Amino acid sequence: MSVQSSLASDHQLARLLQIGVVLEEVVEARAAKHASESDDIGGEVRALLEAAVAESADHRDRLEGLVDELDAETVGFAEIERLVEKQYEAEEAFDGVLYDQLCNEETAYKFYDDLIEAIEGSNARFSVDRGRLLRILREVRADEAEGVEAVTDLMERGQR
Amino acid sequence: MNTADQYLKAIYLVQELEDGPASTGAVADQLDVSPASANEMIGKLESDGLCDHEKYKGVDLTQEGIVRARDALQHYCIIERFLLEVLEVEEFRAEAGQLEPVIDETVAERLDTIIDRAPQCPDCFDHEADVCRLLAIDREPADAD
Repeated sequence: MSVQSSLASDHQLARLLQIGVVLEEVVEARAAKHASESDDIGGEVRALLEAAVAESADHRDRLEGLVDELDAETVGFAEIERLVEKQYEAEEAFDGVLYDQLCNEETAYKFYDDLIEAIEGSNARFSVDRGRLLRILREVRADEAEGVEAVTDLMERGQR
Repeated sequence: MNTADQYLKAIYLVQELEDGPASTGAVADQLDVSPASANEMIGKLESDGLCDHEKYKGVDLTQEGIVRARDALQHYCIIERFLLEVLEVEEFRAEAGQLEPVIDETVAERLDTIIDRAPQCPDCFDHEADVCRLLAIDREPADAD
């Protein structure tokens, strides 16, 4: 254990990107599940969920490209979908579609923010180009920030 | 997980092992930091009301410190279990320790939605083995990369 954010190798970077892929897969699976199974949601909320599914799939592709360059593999979407489904059915208390989506977006934002900070604070030489890596992660983080804003806006307008 | 929470978790684990106050040296060893660094952070935690430190005796977590330490331990358990169950990482203990500083509690809680964690967590954590007793460590997972 270490108190330092020691992002020191390709291996650790790949592992964190693999976690990012899983987070995107969780967002994608949960948002798709909400969109298909919630009968009482409005058009705007449904559109937001469908956009979130598409955006997560795009983020996942971009992260998978980086993981691939680091000579590692990612967990397939079908497997994460199965795990999400299993827990989803077991959830007794549910705080609402928009609240869940807000958690999705906020969590992803926080993850990318911490990852970017760890890369910026690391002196390690990675196999992937550092500039391109950071550019991709910053773009994805910006998407998540916009996502948080969009969900908050809908919540404040009382949408369901 | 921030540095303060990592210290609280380390103090909690040392206290459980020593069944009493945690010595600064043992906390420093647990975190692989110098005793001077550990002393400095313990002083900060004490001024925040999270622990009591008595020279020549050791550190005792306050009730508030225990609550935060147990939360931090739960997050650590989530990371370990996620690495083994989802990413099938063989060296999940070592990697959980490396990733812990970069994985925030909100992220750990999201990862928790796809793993099987017992309701009694973190009481099932084996401090000496650095792993949940309920985790099937006799599985033979293939490494993710």
